[in-house]
Amino acid sequence: MTDESPHPAAGDDLIAEIGRLEGEGRDRLAAAATLDELRAAETAVVGKRSPLTGLRRRLGALDPEGRRTVGKALNAALEALEAVAEERRAELAAEARRRQLEAERLDLTEVTPGRPAGHLHLVTQAIEELEDVFVGMGFTVAEGPEIETEWHNFGALNFPPDHPARDEYDTLYVGWGERGSTLLRTHTSPVQVRVMTGSPPPYYCVMPGRVFRSDTADATHMPVFHQIEGLVVDRDITFADLAGTIDAFTKAYFGGDFTSRLRASYFPFTEPSAEFDIQRPDGTWLELGGCGMVHPNVLANCGLDPDEWQGFAFGFGIDRLAIARHGVDDLRDLFTNDIRFLTQF
Amino acid sequence: MKVLLSWLREFAPIEGDPAALAEHLSDLGTAVEKLDVLGRNLDGVVVARVLATRPHPNADKVQLVDVDAGDGEALQIVCGAFNMAPGDLVPLATVGTVMPDGMEIGRRKVRGEWSNGMLCSAAELGLGEDHEGILILPADLPVGAPLAEAMGIEHDVLFDLEVNPNRPDAMSVAGVARDLAARLGVPFALPEPAVEEVPAELLKDVTVEVEAPDLCGRFSARVLRGVTVGPSDPAIARRLTLMGMRPINSLVDVSNYVMLELGQPNHPYDLAKLRGRGLRVRRARPGETLVTLDDVERTFTGDDLLICDAEDRPVGIAGVMGGAETEIDESTTDVLVEMAWFLPISVAKTARRLRLRTEASARFEKGTDPEIIDLAQRRLAELVAASGARLEQGGVDVRGELPERAPVRVRTGRLNRLLGTRLTAEEVARLLDPIGFTTRVVGEDAEVTIPSWRYDSATEIDVVEEVARHYGYSRIGRTVPRPPHPGRLDARQRERRRLRSLLVGRGLSEAMPLPFLAPGDLERCGLPGDGIEITNPLVAEESVLRTSLLPGLVKALATNAARRNTGVGLWEIGHVFRRWPEGTAGPGTELPDEREMLAVALGGRDATEAVREWYAIAELLSLQDATLRNGPVPGLHPTRSARVLAASGEELGAVGEVDPAVLEAHGIGERVGWIELDLDAVARLPRAERRYRPVSVYPSSDIDLAFEVDEDVPAADVERVLREAAGDRLASLRLFDVYRGPGIAEGRRSLAFALRLDAPDHTLTDEEVAGVRQRCIEAVESALPASLRG
Repeated sequence: MTDESPHPAAGDDLIAEIGRLEGEGRDRLAAAATLDELRAAETAVVGKRSPLTGLRRRLGALDPEGRRTVGKALNAALEALEAVAEERRAELAAEARRRQLEAERLDLTEVTPGRPAGHLHLVTQAIEELEDVFVGMGFTVAEGPEIETEWHNFGALNFPPDHPARDEYDTLYVGWGERGSTLLRTHTSPVQVRVMTGSPPPYYCVMPGRVFRSDTADATHMPVFHQIEGLVVDRDITFADLAGTIDAFTKAYFGGDFTSRLRASYFPFTEPSAEFDIQRPDGTWLELGGCGMVHPNVLANCGLDPDEWQGFAFGFGIDRLAIARHGVDDLRDLFTNDIRFLTQF
Repeated sequence: MKVLLSWLREFAPIEGDPAALAEHLSDLGTAVEKLDVLGRNLDGVVVARVLATRPHPNADKVQLVDVDAGDGEALQIVCGAFNMAPGDLVPLATVGTVMPDGMEIGRRKVRGEWSNGMLCSAAELGLGEDHEGILILPADLPVGAPLAEAMGIEHDVLFDLEVNPNRPDAMSVAGVARDLAARLGVPFALPEPAVEEVPAELLKDVTVEVEAPDLCGRFSARVLRGVTVGPSDPAIARRLTLMGMRPINSLVDVSNYVMLELGQPNHPYDLAKLRGRGLRVRRARPGETLVTLDDVERTFTGDDLLICDAEDRPVGIAGVMGGAETEIDESTTDVLVEMAWFLPISVAKTARRLRLRTEASARFEKGTDPEIIDLAQRRLAELVAASGARLEQGGVDVRGELPERAPVRVRTGRLNRLLGTRLTAEEVARLLDPIGFTTRVVGEDAEVTIPSWRYDSATEIDVVEEVARHYGYSRIGRTVPRPPHPGRLDARQRERRRLRSLLVGRGLSEAMPLPFLAPGDLERCGLPGDGIEITNPLVAEESVLRTSLLPGLVKALATNAARRNTGVGLWEIGHVFRRWPEGTAGPGTELPDEREMLAVALGGRDATEAVREWYAIAELLSLQDATLRNGPVPGLHPTRSARVLAASGEELGAVGEVDPAVLEAHGIGERVGWIELDLDAVARLPRAERRYRPVSVYPSSDIDLAFEVDEDVPAADVERVLREAAGDRLASLRLFDVYRGPGIAEGRRSLAFALRLDAPDHTLTDEEVAGVRQRCIEAVESALPASLRG
């Protein structure tokens, strides 16, 4: 004990007081159950008017040594309490967030579809897929009118007038122009004629479209159906190119484990002509369509020199292919437009 | 065309597994539609004689048949067919027989009556297509004998072939044999008939006149004397039965047999019934008639070719069917046999017009072999010789106009360039010679003479096809051509796909109604009844072509409504067919005005919703410049419809709601929003280029302006004026409220617009914003009967 420290006991008192107030403060802060309570407790414990902060006024009565020691202790206590408050605030905020989230709980399986997406028609889906396969093979897509002249549908395609081959097409004629001059196209082949008469060769294109026959609707026939046809004309296109293109298409559209074959056949607009069949991986065959080398008469009718230009054409029906894929067994369902049918695909 | 393997073998030593032979036939272009292996699985089936038929006491659809199965006892069978009579021979599957389809025949009771076996149809035995009635067997078979043995059908194969128009040769057994023998590399020969000819007597009186040499290229008539008409040789009757023809008598059956074998249709006339003992071939006189063999009276036009007797009375339709009067019967002894070549197109036209397609016309239509006639005459005589007939020497043979058959030059280089092969002229010759295309090698090329049995072939490409066929399509390589340009959809096709995706994304499904309408359908939809007609419709319901997509989609909604599907949103992209406006002429008008349209039908949604959908479509198609003009549109709600106009004023379509009267007529009980858009017109429009408007980084300012506007001023007009007035500063404009009611004068409504303004290079000052606001207000108030709401 010396004279230099006239109130040593008072300094010790203050240290003790700080310790007590800090302990009370910790308890009070810890007891705050909400952010509001925490804010009130903070004001009471470390605010400007809190007893702890109030001790600062009593520092002046201490000697420099005591002032430094007590001041340090006081600051340490205030900082510690602020840290506790901060920690408690984080706890309470997390708790409040947790309660908020819990209050927002949703059973997402209670939710029903609003307006569901619409559906593309089965035939359109098939056409787009076929187009994509052929575009990938380097083809463009050509289109033409559904009402055609007799010349585009038959004459240019090497069907002589009155030829019995015309009978097989069950043609629907249209009351336009001279009787028998205008018809609903019976196949997509007139588009070939339009392509060849419309621009110079070479041609690498497919022609999807709607065709018509005088047929009574039943499970396997419709007076309206869809075909896709391909036309390739260039200087050196061969029958081997035809067979290779059919096979490349088969693998691209049906799958790598499908194969194809060509059988001799007859069409007025191709020679040599062939039917093409697809063999499924299980060994069974599907008769798909017809094809052949474009007949020299057809080339000549379209203004091309058959000794200079040559090529092949192929075609097949789309509707039966489309329904077979999905297990639909009645073609009429495609055209009834029942929404319960349309939205299944 | 059906062919039996045993019959083919009479021309060539054809061996091999039936399935492999079928593969060859199909590959050659004669597709095997059905292959039946005969004589198998017929154990237990015997020839039985029908003793009596009695009604079943408890059933109408079956009867009781007593048969003798060879032991002389009556055996009761319950049978579902009624085509047999006492005395007929029929096939009986005895108890224990396993049928070709695997079914085992048992003794069983049918409605209380015992059935001790089953009487069989041709189809049940795998002997033909006919499953309607019981197969009636040739009358001379031994009762009780196993059927296979009695019919001589052990180990035979029946091929049912599809014959294309370019294969007239395949309309005969011999022709099929020739083609198949060539493929298999075995020799083919037409056996020379063994027939003794006697000096001509009756022939001396026979006359033949061909007055239409353009339609009748050859006409041969020969006389058979001392014919006894009776039951056929069982071997012939059996084959005809298997080929699906009913045996009739010895002469008619031989006539058919020769046609099937050699492809030469022929007609035997009873000389005693043939007036004047002569034949004339001439065109019919319009209105002339003849009762044909099937007892139907036929009426002719001047294009039909008739066979007449020497007194000029018709006795047959050339190439189609004979007349009833000169038909062969049991009393016939002397016969004049006609074998001819008729112009294919002429027979085809007559058969088509009369709807009378016969075995004969099917062959003449494709073109028969004019040079087979001599052999066919002798073959027919050979086959009837057994019944005592003698062929008189000579005959009348008149030649008219036959197709020219000049040799064809086949350029080997061209052939290889077409097929992708490397064949030499010699190899070409080796492929062609076996099918009768005789070939002379000339340098690198081949000079080919086309055989008389190939009416279809005349040009180089026809010969190339024959080479390809016999070389084998499967032996030709497979290469993939390389297009010089990349494949892609064009702009319009890509846009169509985006449009489809948009519509599907907005919850609308694609419908596909038929484009055919019934008379009155258009009118029922409030549209003019000026649809183009189909001249030969199958049914009236499908006799008019649509001029609009409205009837089809409204029908589709009606179908759905009737099935309790309401609130259905459908769309279609499809063609419509219209008449050109009066007075239109020139290129293109040889066809109707055909356009691709888009239509959307919104079941349960009104015009306002249709307009919302329209804006989505307009955005996608870059039709921001297009405007809606309120006004009636046919088929649509008269006060809730608008036309879509391009900036140029061209009409692109319509938006609104379907006319309630139309909905009522179709039984639709909800509103139907409607959009129809002419995609051809849209495609022709100059599209506004999408130029970039820099996105401003400076804060924008919003102003709201509400105007009281007369009801007859479209909101679109106010909007247009605002856009013009706001100018460059306008970032966006939106009509956000429409109000009618207290505070607004009668006949007016309040339209409130929200304008967002900005500038690319600075924050707008209050003065600038106030200036735009003032310009907008002044512009609207001066241009339109409208005033700013205070």
